[in-house]
Amino acid sequence: MSLIDDLKQLKQSAVSRINSQDADIEQLRVKLLGKKGELTALLKGMKDVAAENRKAVGEIGNDVRQTITELLTEKKAAEAEAALSKQLEAETIDVTMPGAQSPIGQPHVLQQIIDEIEQHFLGLGFQVIDDTVDSPEVETDEYNFERENLPKDHPARDMQDTFYITPEILLRTQTSPVQSRSLEKHDFSKGPLKMIAPGKVYRRDTDDATHSHQFHQVEGMVVGENITMADLKGTLLSVMQELFGEKHQIRMRPSYFPFTEPSVEVDVSWDEVTPDTKPEDIKWIEVLGAGMTHPNVLRMDGVDPEKYSGFAFGLGPDRLAMLKYGVDDIRQFYLNDVRFLSQFNRKGN
Amino acid sequence: MKTSLAWLNEYLDEPLALDEVAVNQLAEQVARTSVEIDSYTTIARQQDGLVVAKVLSVNPHPDSDHMVITQIDAGESEPIQIVTGAPNVAVGQFVILAKVGAHIINHDSGELVTLSAVSLRGQMSYGMLVALQEIGFDNKIAPKDFESGIYVFGPDDGVQPGDDAIAALGMNEPVLDTDLTPNRSDMLSMIGTAYEFGAMRHVKVQELDFELVEYETTADSQVSIQIDDPSLAPKYALRVVNQVTVQDSPLWLQKKLWNAGMRPINNIVDITNYMMLMYGQPLHAFDLDKLSHKDIHVRRANENESLVTLDGQNRTLRAEKDIVIASGQDGLMLAGVMGGISSEVDTNTKNIVIEGAIFNPSLIRATARRHNLHSEASARFERGVNWDNTFTALDHAASLVDNLANGQVARGRVEASNQQREAIHISLTAKRVNQILGTSLDVTAIAGYFDQLAFTYQINGDQILVDVPARRPDISIEADLIEEVARLFGYDNLPLTLPYGPTTPGKLSLLQRQIRGTRRILESLGLNQAISYVLTTPNKAQLFAENSTDNVVTLDYPMSSDRTTARQNLLAGLLDDVVYNAAHAVHDIALYEQGRVFIAKQNDQQPAEIEHVAGVLTGNRFASTWQKGKQAQAVDFYDIKGVVESYLKQIGVNDVSYRATNRHLNMHPGQTADIYSGTQYLGFVGQIHPRLTKAQKLAPVFGFELNLFAVLQNVHSSVSYEPISRFPQMSRDMALLVDSQVTSAEIEHVIREFAGQHLVDVTLFDEYTGDNLPENKKSLAYTLTYQNNNETLVEAEVNADFEHVISKLQSQFNLTIR
Repeated sequence: MSLIDDLKQLKQSAVSRINSQDADIEQLRVKLLGKKGELTALLKGMKDVAAENRKAVGEIGNDVRQTITELLTEKKAAEAEAALSKQLEAETIDVTMPGAQSPIGQPHVLQQIIDEIEQHFLGLGFQVIDDTVDSPEVETDEYNFERENLPKDHPARDMQDTFYITPEILLRTQTSPVQSRSLEKHDFSKGPLKMIAPGKVYRRDTDDATHSHQFHQVEGMVVGENITMADLKGTLLSVMQELFGEKHQIRMRPSYFPFTEPSVEVDVSWDEVTPDTKPEDIKWIEVLGAGMTHPNVLRMDGVDPEKYSGFAFGLGPDRLAMLKYGVDDIRQFYLNDVRFLSQFNRKGN
Repeated sequence: MKTSLAWLNEYLDEPLALDEVAVNQLAEQVARTSVEIDSYTTIARQQDGLVVAKVLSVNPHPDSDHMVITQIDAGESEPIQIVTGAPNVAVGQFVILAKVGAHIINHDSGELVTLSAVSLRGQMSYGMLVALQEIGFDNKIAPKDFESGIYVFGPDDGVQPGDDAIAALGMNEPVLDTDLTPNRSDMLSMIGTAYEFGAMRHVKVQELDFELVEYETTADSQVSIQIDDPSLAPKYALRVVNQVTVQDSPLWLQKKLWNAGMRPINNIVDITNYMMLMYGQPLHAFDLDKLSHKDIHVRRANENESLVTLDGQNRTLRAEKDIVIASGQDGLMLAGVMGGISSEVDTNTKNIVIEGAIFNPSLIRATARRHNLHSEASARFERGVNWDNTFTALDHAASLVDNLANGQVARGRVEASNQQREAIHISLTAKRVNQILGTSLDVTAIAGYFDQLAFTYQINGDQILVDVPARRPDISIEADLIEEVARLFGYDNLPLTLPYGPTTPGKLSLLQRQIRGTRRILESLGLNQAISYVLTTPNKAQLFAENSTDNVVTLDYPMSSDRTTARQNLLAGLLDDVVYNAAHAVHDIALYEQGRVFIAKQNDQQPAEIEHVAGVLTGNRFASTWQKGKQAQAVDFYDIKGVVESYLKQIGVNDVSYRATNRHLNMHPGQTADIYSGTQYLGFVGQIHPRLTKAQKLAPVFGFELNLFAVLQNVHSSVSYEPISRFPQMSRDMALLVDSQVTSAEIEHVIREFAGQHLVDVTLFDEYTGDNLPENKKSLAYTLTYQNNNETLVEAEVNADFEHVISKLQSQFNLTIR
C-alpha cells in the first residue's frame, strides 16, 4: 500500500473519528497531528518516496493536515458553543421577578407646581424673590396691609382673617407684601421690575377639605414704563398654558383687590378650547386674582405712578395642584402621607 | 344681593327679557362685566299646578276633630272638595290650591312631589291648601310661621279664583344672586344695580317719583335730636308719622321682599326694608310712644351700657366705641347695625319716628365685627351709601307710610346734620387709558362708556372731565375710571401682549440655587420632600430647637390649641408625619423638609427667620426584596449619617466633623452627633429619643436637622481639578484591637497625621466586637491607600510609612495589632 493510500485512509478515519459523537477533540488533535501523532508518523515515510513524486505526496499530506485541522477547529468551536449554551441555559432566571430599585425621592407636589411656575417666569426674564429678608413669612401690618392699600379699618380686611402676633406683627396673609419690598429697592434705571415671589401664607381659618390655615401663593409683578393690562393678559395666558396645556384659554372678570385697579379674577378653561368649541360649552375654573398695580401702592413704595405702571397677580399652587390632579382635600398636602407624596413622581416633563 | 329682575325692570327703559335663555346670557354678561353671580333661581323652581282659590264652605269632618271639609272655587265650573287640617281656614278666604297633579316641593324632604287625590279618614280631598313653606318658601322669608296655617291673600291683593298662584306670588320672577366685592356698595341697591345693568345693556334708568303729603302737626314739636360729634353721623334726620295702622303689607311689597330674601314683617318695617333695597339707604322706624324722652341723642356708648337688640340678644356695649341712638339716657339701638326691642314697632303702634342717616363707616364696621352682628344695614353703612339719597329715601318712606299704613306725615324733617359730599371730578385722557390698558381707544369711544354709565362729563380736546355720581363711592381716582372703561370695553377684547422693553435676566441667585440643589440632593438620596405646618404647639415648636432658651413666636388669638406657635425646628413636624404614616400602616419612611424656623425678637419686631433642612428615616431603608443577601435591613444611625455626609459632600462643605453629644434632650444620648464644619456648628444627626418614639409605638426613627444658612456659609463652591495619577496605588490593611471607648475619628486622626506624604485615603472596612474579644475591646480594620502622583511608589517606602503609623498608634492608644 502506498503512502498516498495511507494518507487518504488516515484522512477518512480522522474525519469519522472527529465527527463521532464522543470524540475528545483535544485528545484527537494530539493523536492525529501531534509530534508523535499518526500524520507525523505517516509523513516520516516521505523519505522513501521517489523524488519526483514527493511534491504530489507532500500536497496530499498538507491537504490531510489542513482538513483535519479545520475540522478539529470547527468541532472545537461547536463544542464551546454547546458548552456556552448549556451554561446560559443553566443561568436562565425568571426575568419577571422584581428588580432591585434604588429609591429616589420626589419634590412635594406643591413644590413641583411652584418649580414649574418658576421655570416659566425665569424664561420670561423674571427674578424670583423668596429669601427671608425680602419675603418674610412673619410680616408687619404695614407691609401686609397698609402698603397694599388696606388701611386699618378697610372692609376688605374682612376678606382675610389674620393671625396676629402683636398689633403690628402678623403671619402674612398674602405674598403681596413682597411687591412693596421689591418695589422700594428696585433701580428702574436698570429696566423694569419683573419678579415672582413664591411662599407660604397664613389665614385664620378652620382647616377642612377646602380651607387651610397655611397655604402657598406665587406673587407676580411687573412694573416699568408702558406696562399694560394687555401685557398682564398675555403673561397670564402664557403661564396658564404652561400649567394646563397649550390649548387652554383664560378669561378675565372684574373683581376687587385694594392693591390693584382695575382688578380681575382669572379663569382657565377646564378643557381644551379649539376653534370648534362653542363659547357656552367652555367650563371656566377660577384660578387667580390679578390687576394693574394701584397708584397708591406705587406711590407708597416711592414709584411715580405717572411715569410707571405695572401689573400684579397671585397664583395659588395649592388650588392649582388640586385642579391639575383632582386632589379633593387640601389637608392632603400637609399630612405628608408617603402613599400620597410618592404618586407625584413624573420627572422630566 | 338677591336681585329680582322683574323688580329691576321697573327702573329700566327697556325691560330685560326674563326667559331662561335670556337670563342665562345676562348672568354670563354680568359675570364678565360687573360682579360674580352666586346663583340664579326662582322661588318656584320646578313647581306647578298652583292656583288661587276661594273658600266657599267649611264643614266639620265626621271622623276627625282637627280636619275640616271645604268646598273650593278654583275658577272651574264645579267646586272642588278639599280636606284640610289648616287651623286658620275660613269661608271667603282667597287661598292657594295645589291641584291634583301639581308638583310641589315637600316641606320636610325638599324633594319635588306630585299630588294625587287622597282619602283622608274616608273623605276625598282633590288637592291641598298650602302654606308658603309647602311650596318652596324658606322659613326665613315666609311672612308667617308654618304652624299658623295656610297662606291667605289680602283683600286688596286683586286675585281671582283660577289665577296662577305662582305668578300672583311672584314666585316665577328670576332672581340673580350677585356676590358683591366690597367696593361695589352701589349694587347693594336696586337703583344702583339698574344703573350697572343699564350701562351693560345700553339702557337708560328711570328713578321712581313719589308724592309726599305733610299734615299740620309739626315733627319738631314731637322729637328733637342731639348729636355729640358730627363725625358719628354726617347726615341725620328724623320724620314723624302719626296715626299709623300697622298691618300686613300688600302683596306687591311682600313679593319684593321675599324675592330679595327678606321676610315681610309688617307694613312699617317692610317699608323701611323696601327703601333700603331700592336706594341702598338703611332706615329705621321707632315707636314714638315707647320713647321715654322725645329727645333723640346720637352718642358713643357709655361705660357698662347694654341694650337688647331686635334679635333678642342682650348686648353689652363697648364704651366710647359703639354708636348708640338714645332717648334721654336710655339706649334704643346700636346705630346703623340693629334696632332695639324697647322701641320696636308692633301691631299696637300708633305714632312712629323714621330715622334716615349716614353713620361713620369705620365705627359701624368695628361694631358689627366686635358684636359679630353683620346686618343688612351694617353691610351698607360699612361699604358706603349714596349721600344724595339719604333724605330722599326717608321722605319716600314717609310717603309710603301715608299710603300703606294710613299715616299722617308730620310737617318737616328734623335734621341734626347734613354734611354735603365733596364733589368728585376726575380728568382722564385717551392716552392714559391706552397706556394702562394696551388699547387704542379715542376720546369719543371712552366718553361713550361714561354715557352708558350715566356719568356726566365734559370733553376738552384730549381730556375728559368726569363728574362721579354719589351712588359710586368706589370711584375716586383716575385708575377707578380706567377700570370702568376696561369693564365696559370688555376684558375679552383686550389684546394679548407680553411686556417689552429692556431685557432683564431671569436668573436665580447662588443662595437660591444652593437651596434648590439641597432639595435635589436629598431627593436623589431617596428622601421625599414633605411640607408640614409651621404653626404647632409650644412643646413641638422647641422639641429639637437649636436653643431652647430662644423665645418663640406665639399667636395672639390662635384658632386651635395645636396651632399656636411658630416652629423652631422642622424635625418635630417630620416626626408628626412619621406618626401619621405609621398609623396608616406605612412603616418605611424617608422624608425631608426644607423650610423656615422662627426666633422671636423684641416686641413689635419681626422675628429672625432661618432656613433649615431636616430629614427622617425609619423602618427599612430599601423596599424589601425577595433576593437572599440583599434583603432590606432596618435603618440605623449610619444610614442617616450617610445621608448627611453625602449631602454635605455634594453641596460642597469641607472639613466636616461629627462629635458625640448627649446635650439634645429629645435625641438618643448615645446615638447623636453634633455636626461642625471647622468650628461652625451646622446641626445634629442621630436617633430620635426612644422615649418619644416608643410613646407613639414607632420603630426607631433617625433624623437630622441642619441650619441651612450655616451650611451654605461653609460651602466651597469652586471645584479644583487634579489630574488623575498615572502611577499605581498601593494599599495596606490594619486591624486594631482597641478599648471600646476609643472613637474611629480619633484613630483616623492619628493615621492621617503620621501616615506620611503619600497617604491618599483611609477607609474603615470592618468593626467587630463580641465573643472572641476581651471585654471592653473592639476590633477596627482600616485600609490605607498610598499613591505618588509623580512616580511609582517604592514598596519599601510604603512599608516604612505604614510601620511608622502603626507604632504611633500603639504609642497613643492602648491597642494591639491583630
